[in-house]
Amino acid sequence: MITSGIDIGAKFVKVLILKDDEVLCRVQERTGFDPSAAAKRAFAAALSQTGLKEEDIESVYATGAGRKKAPHVHDSITDVGAAAKGIAYLQPSVRTVIDVGGEEGRAVKVSAAGKVEDFAINEQCAAGAGSFTEAIARALEVPLEEFGRLSLQSSATIPMNAQCAVFAESEVVSLVHAKTPKADIARAVHDAIASRIISMVRRVGINNDVALIGGVAFNPGFVDALSRGMETEVVVVEHPDYVGALGAALAARERSK
Amino acid sequence: MADKKKEFWRWREYNWRDESKDWKSADVITAGVDVGSVSSQAVIMLDGELFAYSNMRTGSDSPDSARKAMSWAMEDTGMTLDDVHYTVGTGYGRVNVPFADRAITEIACHARGGNTMYGPTVRTILDMGGQDCKAIHCDDRGKVSNFLMNDKCAAGTGRGMEVFADLLAVSIEDVGDLSLDVDEEPPPVSSTCVVFAKSEATSLLRNGWSTNRVLAAYCSAMASRVVSLLERIGVEKDFAITGGIAKNRGVVERLERELGLTSLKSKYDTQIAGALGAALFAKALEEKKRAKAV
Repeated sequence: MITSGIDIGAKFVKVLILKDDEVLCRVQERTGFDPSAAAKRAFAAALSQTGLKEEDIESVYATGAGRKKAPHVHDSITDVGAAAKGIAYLQPSVRTVIDVGGEEGRAVKVSAAGKVEDFAINEQCAAGAGSFTEAIARALEVPLEEFGRLSLQSSATIPMNAQCAVFAESEVVSLVHAKTPKADIARAVHDAIASRIISMVRRVGINNDVALIGGVAFNPGFVDALSRGMETEVVVVEHPDYVGALGAALAARERSK
Repeated sequence: MADKKKEFWRWREYNWRDESKDWKSADVITAGVDVGSVSSQAVIMLDGELFAYSNMRTGSDSPDSARKAMSWAMEDTGMTLDDVHYTVGTGYGRVNVPFADRAITEIACHARGGNTMYGPTVRTILDMGGQDCKAIHCDDRGKVSNFLMNDKCAAGTGRGMEVFADLLAVSIEDVGDLSLDVDEEPPPVSSTCVVFAKSEATSLLRNGWSTNRVLAAYCSAMASRVVSLLERIGVEKDFAITGGIAKNRGVVERLERELGLTSLKSKYDTQIAGALGAALFAKALEEKKRAKAV
C-alpha cells in the first residue's frame, strides 16, 4: 500500500511517500506566504521523483500548523498525534518526544504503541522555538548551520535572558560590543532556549528515552544544551524533520487498512 | 524604497536646561540618574525645582551610560559632579551609577516623580519603559501602595515598538500619528510575541494592508496587552502614563479608549519620571543629612 503525509509547518512543507515499510521519497519546500501552493508544489515534486501518479496513492494525510490549508488530502492529524506515531514507528523505546519547529515547541508523552498520553505546547512565544536561534544567528552574522557547531567549542557559562527572544537579541548585541567570543554567545543562546523548552517538557515529565524531532534537531549545539539541561542523552533519529510527515503517512495507512 | 542603512528605531537623544535659573545661587543641588535597559536619563534639581536633564540611549556599559547622561545634563552649565550635593541612582542599572550616594528602586522613584509631574491626585501610574511595563498605585504623597510589572516579554514595551518601527521603515517618533491616520480601525495584531507579530505584520503587508493600517493594528494590540496588565491591579483615578510610549499617541489614545478614561497630561517630559523622582529623593536625603549635622 502507498500512502503519503504532508506536514505544513511555519517555515517548511515536508512531503513523504510511504510504500509498505519503505520511504520512497522525502521532499521539502519553503512554506512562504501561500501554504496551499507550497504544499501543492512539494506534492507534485514528490510524485515526479517517484514516478507515481496521484491515483497510485491510496490515502494522503496532512499535519502541521497549516494542515487545514492542504489541498486534496483525505484527512488530517494533529502535530502531536503525528509526532507520536512517527517516533513510535522509528524508535519504540522513546517515551518523551520534543518537537521544536520554526514557531512552535511541543513536548509529547508517548506510549510504545504511539499513543499520546499527555502533551504541552508553546505557540505564544518565540523564546521556545526555532526562530529564536535564527534571529540570534542573524544578529551574530553566523550561518545557521555553523551556529550550533560553534557553541560546542565553548565551555563558558554566560547567563542570558531566557524569557524573551527580543530581549535576548539586545543582550547579544551588548555581548558582541563587550567582545565576548562568538562561541560563548552561541552556547549561552542554546542554553537559554533549552532551559525554556525543558520547563515545558517538565509539564509532561522527562521519561527515557527522550527524542528530539523537528528542524532544530540538526543543530548539535542545541542537542548538547538539551542533553546537559535534562541530564539525559537525547536521541536524534535520522531525518528528524520528517517525523511528522511520516506519522501522517502512517495515519493514512491505518485508516485505509 | 527604504534606505537599508537607516535605523528607524533610533529615537532622538537630547538635553534641556532652564536658562533662567542660576545654579550658583541654589542652596541644595541634587541629581537623579535613571539607567534603564534601553534609555538613561539624568535630572538636576535646584532646591527641588527642575534645572536640567538629558535623555539618551543606554550603552552596553551601565557606569559609562550614567556618566555620559550626567555630563550631558550639566553641559554648558559650568557645573561639575563636585557641585552636586546628593545623587540618587535608579533604574535597572541603579547599582552601576558610580557617583551616586544611594540607589533607590525605579518603582519608588516613578511614584515620587509622577506625584510631582501630575500632581497629588494621581493614584495609578503606568510606566511604559524600554524593556518593561509597570502599573503602580500610589498615595497623595507619591508613596507606592502596590505595583505590578511585566519584564519578561517584549510585548507591550518600547523595545517591541522599536522592532516594529524598523520592520515598517517608519521613524519611531512618527509611529503614533501615522497609526491614527487610518480610515477605520483594523483588528489588532493577534500574536502576543513580538517575533511572531513581525511575521504576522509581514503577511498583512503582503495582503495589501497599508503601513499605517499595520501600525494601527500593532498599537492597538499593544494597548490591549497593557490594559490586561492594568486590569489585574485595577485602575484608580487619576491615571497617568510615563515612559517613552507615553509619547506615542497611537498607543495612548487606544489605551484610553479601551479603559474609558483619559490620562493626565504634564508639562514635564514623560521619560524623566524616574530620574525626577530620584532627584527629589536626593533632596530629601540631603536635607536630612544637613539637619543631622547641625
